[in-house]
Amino acid sequence: MPANRFNGHTDYGIGIGLRVPHYQHILTRKPVVDWFEVISENFMIDGGRPLRILDEILGQYKVVQHGVSMYFGSAQRADREHLRRLKTLVQRTKTPWLSDHLCWGSVDGRYTHDLLPMPYTFEAARITAQKVREVRDFLEIPIAVENVSSYAEFHVSKMTEWEFLNEVVERADCGILLDVNNIYVSSQNHSFDPFTYVNSIPAERVAQIHIAGHSKYRKYILDTHDHPVIDPVWKLYARAIERVGHTATLLEWDDSIPAFDEVHDEALKASCFLSSASLATAV
Amino acid sequence: MNLLKIQRQMAQAVMMPLTPSERMRSIAPNGRSLRAVANSIIKPNDCLTSFERMEIYNRQYWLRLFSAFAEDFPGLRAVLGTHAFDKVAQAYLRDCPSKSFTLRNIGAQLESWLKKHPKFAGPRQKLALDMVRLEWAEINGFDGKRETPLKPEDLAQVNPAVLRLRLQPYLSLLDLRYPVDDLLIEVRKDAEDVSVASNAFSERHKHKRVAAVARMKSSSIFLVVHRVEEEVFFRRVGQREFDILSSLRGGKPLSGALAFTRGGTSRVPARLTEIEGWFHTWSMLGWFCGVGKN
Repeated sequence: MPANRFNGHTDYGIGIGLRVPHYQHILTRKPVVDWFEVISENFMIDGGRPLRILDEILGQYKVVQHGVSMYFGSAQRADREHLRRLKTLVQRTKTPWLSDHLCWGSVDGRYTHDLLPMPYTFEAARITAQKVREVRDFLEIPIAVENVSSYAEFHVSKMTEWEFLNEVVERADCGILLDVNNIYVSSQNHSFDPFTYVNSIPAERVAQIHIAGHSKYRKYILDTHDHPVIDPVWKLYARAIERVGHTATLLEWDDSIPAFDEVHDEALKASCFLSSASLATAV
Repeated sequence: MNLLKIQRQMAQAVMMPLTPSERMRSIAPNGRSLRAVANSIIKPNDCLTSFERMEIYNRQYWLRLFSAFAEDFPGLRAVLGTHAFDKVAQAYLRDCPSKSFTLRNIGAQLESWLKKHPKFAGPRQKLALDMVRLEWAEINGFDGKRETPLKPEDLAQVNPAVLRLRLQPYLSLLDLRYPVDDLLIEVRKDAEDVSVASNAFSERHKHKRVAAVARMKSSSIFLVVHRVEEEVFFRRVGQREFDILSSLRGGKPLSGALAFTRGGTSRVPARLTEIEGWFHTWSMLGWFCGVGKN
């Protein structure tokens, strides 16, 4: 199950997000890391230092692209310039799969630069799946859609979030980037059982898993990626691994970023769960 | 309600400017109740009303944009001071919302917007405009396209009468009135040096330095913003050098650009040996990237 058609039949281990404060450490110390996830938009540029750094990283590590502004769920067509630049980058990185979020964020050519939640309707599922297919056909690589953290639900929704996710990925025939931290955050904000979510996703479509930390406020939880992973999220991760097997896992840490080793050590905590999955498969 | 209509309504609410206390407005400028909009599309839960749930996104939107804007224009912030800079950020981002998939382009219209709205910079309008042009040129210098540069020997083999030289896309030519290049370097250095203990001192130092620059009598400064080994540099050039480079950037053939500065309408003529030296330096710096013929 870990290597499947949604992650380019790869069998990646534990990765971390490539972030600017760690460039120097990575390029000089060359730490052993299974793979790095890069934010596509940071490198969809014409030249300069970011691309030079990326090329150096590509020469030494496995890299997977993760996007934040494709907005599969936006009702209007994808931006052609965005797609053209994304394809150029895909050809540069040779990413085995590409992920972006199951959300929307732009309308009438204006961008919010946020991951806004979807209304869980059949119309939204149809439009989103159509766009995933179009992007995949244009880029010619497997696509995985990621569940987002959300702070609002819509009156018009006709199904649960996991039912919507399943509807989209079945219609698009695409993969899932399962973010267990996002499931936890949304479960707290919308009062559902996160294990029901994890137990409901089609395991065979999971291309990758995200883990991360978040911030708890008085009335809601915000997905801030600025803390270590908390125990309830590790428990969800354990259940996800139990269901989907040894799957490429990535720790996101995007704000108040600590030293490289601290981030990497946090990510490597996933290894005991992955080892159990490997053992279970072997037995 | 269909998907597009929901998204239009929510985007309008999310992008609505915040109140002075950084909360979501209840009423939009057109008189529409945002509380009613939120109630019509967002479900409340046990802890939060529909409006409060929408407000989370509204505040995140502005926090994200302000943060990106401030990161791109620390020099403008120093010129205007924090309060006036925040006013500029609010008004500019309200008038010119992002139309790009990347926040890298968030300041693309700032120069033209600031020209149309001089009240935001007050007496420092010209200084502010110089700084904005420099900071935008720096962004372009950082990640603009670099084409294969021509070497000095490539230039030696061409006939200037028919040659059109192109400048690197990442290179910007700025005709400034204030030494904002020095000022921006100082602002950056202050930001790097600052610690919690010295923050107040650093702010005072920055304020004094900006005030000193603002008091200067404006004079022409010709600046090339360029890149070497993926690092952005500011290089001041003379008026004649600037004229030649501007002519080349404008598409003039080499012979025309040289005639322009040597005797024609250029402000100061140049000697041939001097010009040869300039071209040698420019080509060593990789500023030329292609040739074309008339």
